[in-house]
Amino acid sequence: MAAENQYETHEYDVVVIGAGGAGLRAAIEASAQGVKTALVCKSLLGKAHTVMAEGGIAAALGNVYPEDNWKVHFRDTMRGGKLLNNWRMAQIHAQEAPARVLELEEWGALFDRTKNGLILQRDFGGHRYARLAHVGDRTGLEMIRTLQNHAVHQGIDVYMECNVQRLLKDGERICGAFGYWRESGKFILFKCKAIVLATGGGGKAWKITSNSWEYTGDGITVALDAGADLIDVEMVQFHPTGMVWPPSVRGILVTEGVRGDGGTLKNSEGKRFMFNYIPEFFRAETAETEQEADAWYEDKKNRRTPDLLPRDEVARAINAEVKAGRGTPHGGVFLDIASRRPADYIKRRLPSMYHQFKELANVDITTEPMEVGPTCHYFMGGVRVDADTTATTVPGLFAAGEVAAGLHGANRLGGNSLSDLVVFGRRAGLYAAEYAKNFTGSLTVNMDEVEATAQQLVAPFDGKGGENPYAIHADLQDCMQTQVGIIRTEKELKQALDKLATFKQRLTQVSVEGNRQYNPGWHLALDLYSMLEVSEAVTLAAIERKESRGGHTRDDYPQTDPKFAKVNVVVRKRQGELRISQEPLPEMPEELRKLVEEQK
Amino acid sequence: MATQEVKMRVWRGDAKGGAFREYRVPAGEGMVVLDVIHAIQATHASDLAVRWNCKAGKCGSCSAEINGKPRLMCMTRMDLFRPGETITVAPMKTFPIIRDLVTDVSFNFERAKRIPAFKPKAKEPDGTRRMVQEDIDRVQEFHKCIECFLCQNVCHVIRDHEENKKYFAGPRFFVRLAALEMHPLDTNDRLELTKEMAGLGFCNITKCCTEVCPEHIKITDNAIIPLKERVVDEFYDPLARLLRKIGGK
Repeated sequence: MAAENQYETHEYDVVVIGAGGAGLRAAIEASAQGVKTALVCKSLLGKAHTVMAEGGIAAALGNVYPEDNWKVHFRDTMRGGKLLNNWRMAQIHAQEAPARVLELEEWGALFDRTKNGLILQRDFGGHRYARLAHVGDRTGLEMIRTLQNHAVHQGIDVYMECNVQRLLKDGERICGAFGYWRESGKFILFKCKAIVLATGGGGKAWKITSNSWEYTGDGITVALDAGADLIDVEMVQFHPTGMVWPPSVRGILVTEGVRGDGGTLKNSEGKRFMFNYIPEFFRAETAETEQEADAWYEDKKNRRTPDLLPRDEVARAINAEVKAGRGTPHGGVFLDIASRRPADYIKRRLPSMYHQFKELANVDITTEPMEVGPTCHYFMGGVRVDADTTATTVPGLFAAGEVAAGLHGANRLGGNSLSDLVVFGRRAGLYAAEYAKNFTGSLTVNMDEVEATAQQLVAPFDGKGGENPYAIHADLQDCMQTQVGIIRTEKELKQALDKLATFKQRLTQVSVEGNRQYNPGWHLALDLYSMLEVSEAVTLAAIERKESRGGHTRDDYPQTDPKFAKVNVVVRKRQGELRISQEPLPEMPEELRKLVEEQK
Repeated sequence: MATQEVKMRVWRGDAKGGAFREYRVPAGEGMVVLDVIHAIQATHASDLAVRWNCKAGKCGSCSAEINGKPRLMCMTRMDLFRPGETITVAPMKTFPIIRDLVTDVSFNFERAKRIPAFKPKAKEPDGTRRMVQEDIDRVQEFHKCIECFLCQNVCHVIRDHEENKKYFAGPRFFVRLAALEMHPLDTNDRLELTKEMAGLGFCNITKCCTEVCPEHIKITDNAIIPLKERVVDEFYDPLARLLRKIGGK
């Protein structure tokens, strides 16, 4: 029996895990509600994935097009998500996003301005009107720094480079979390009434990815292990435009803002191929000729360019062009803004793209086209939450941002992620604080469970099997890339499941060298547990959804199937096994259904 | 190029001490220093400690001294160096070592807490906030800062004088103070702090910080010198102070 004081221990009302946009906003809100709040993050403050977001934050402010309003934003979000979205989340998101953007301005953010001095908005895929508030192409940096600078004055305790590995429960309720300090390798125990997960997705299990090392699906995994439901995890977004050359930068994101600001996709024959890939679902609102497409940038009475179809459509089109032999020398397609906009405009609107291509690829995007191809970018699926409160199915556990599911359905529109973070981050902080205040019972951490977890976490140091964590990770990335990628088949998905089983076996044989102080090999060995669990959940759900919809394309079931339009694929862990089921989507009220079904 | 080898000397050790160790890994086209570090981790030293996140120059995590020069490892291409040259990678010198290439940069996060928050003035009568793009251009330049702390690392006021850290916030925070000072909506007065606690007077504008900024922020010319002028006006020129109070910032 372990003594309680064996581990560094802290007590809070609310512990927020993850310090990107959602986590920061949640912690700010919880603290504002007067509860004792901790913010725990794996990296230094301000380095979370939000910092890499480029194009902008979607909100129907109506500064550029007064016709825009929450209803249009709601409709665009639902249609972009192929109607698999949780309608209530999409409604709340569209209604509250403008207030959250203006709030960032109250906290010091400086968005680019219109001629009238208001917040300027930019065009993006799937949005009918120019809707994205932005700062050049570094909107995420502005957002995270604004939240960070605001948060440091709110009395929130911040635990940086601290990695949570398990959620602890007393009966059905959350009662704490257990993890380690990256710097020292020492364990840390949080006792708390409520936890907000804001840990992002799991794209690091794929080889070509825009995601950083942090994206290991650990939040999804700890939730699953704690008994929470996942939905829609088969829906993985491949962003159509990642860098493809040189190899060392493959997967790094190229903002959709390039197309929003006038850039166009071309194949090796110089053709704007997107006109050949307009799906029936979007035909009525998409331009059919180059003239009409180009005119749309100036006047929204014209129909939208197919270059800005939702991301799933564009990624599949690029994939098909390359497969048909019309790709670039390095296996992508061309993204050309050089021939379409003046150099000074490009440098002003897309400074970090200019910089990134110049420094990493020797390409001057003001004079030559970029080579781009799809890159694993975002999890639409994740932890199932209540639309209004962000409560998961585990009492005391809340989730917001990419780790939560529902808002984006089968495909997320660009710009809807940053707004998701602040809209639902705030709600998560609010309702977690309310839950903590209302809970008057007592909670007890089971120290035997903590002790057992601690022993599991240090096991890789005693491993004699000789498996290298980096080698397992590389093999996992190959497997997910080739067999659970953009285009899927049952046969390949089942092969992937077999491989995942062997990787799990290999993980039991993992050995790490060195000591516990800041040891990336050890950290990776631990992260592999969650990457493998999330990969398995994604693969199982992908087998279950026998149709093509949004981010999930099945070569053996190429059509959308009305049966699957009405269900979420749900993943749960019971008795140590992942279980799959189909459950009905929440029913949309009639007046909202009308909005969504409106053509053009 | 593709079949060649790269040689890298990487500092390994902790607060108690350490030494450079040489590693060889296969070269790849377009490789950056961080790719080489990752290859070393995967094949030679799984416990080689390094911070990184975005790998695209946007997060400012992977700061180090490469051949003695402060740089981001993710934005330093290997073809910058002569083929066959041994590249030396060391941790930032100004901050205490944790392990290998990872340093304790908590000084910066502590400093950040001491800067009084943004405090906006009242909204326009119509409830909006109107700002002209030209007025915010200069502040947006400061907001490009990715907090890589290379400017802090290279600043000789604290690089070679640990004792000055108590009195000196460093270039990163002069950029932050300038951003707040020139923000069209902000009403907080931080000049006293800038002069006293932040130690602006220590800076003798050698521009080392500007030279290493990966975001090309003109730290000295656009942030530090205007701040120095404002401090002079505020504390030594009553007329200028009066005029500025009347005319807004």
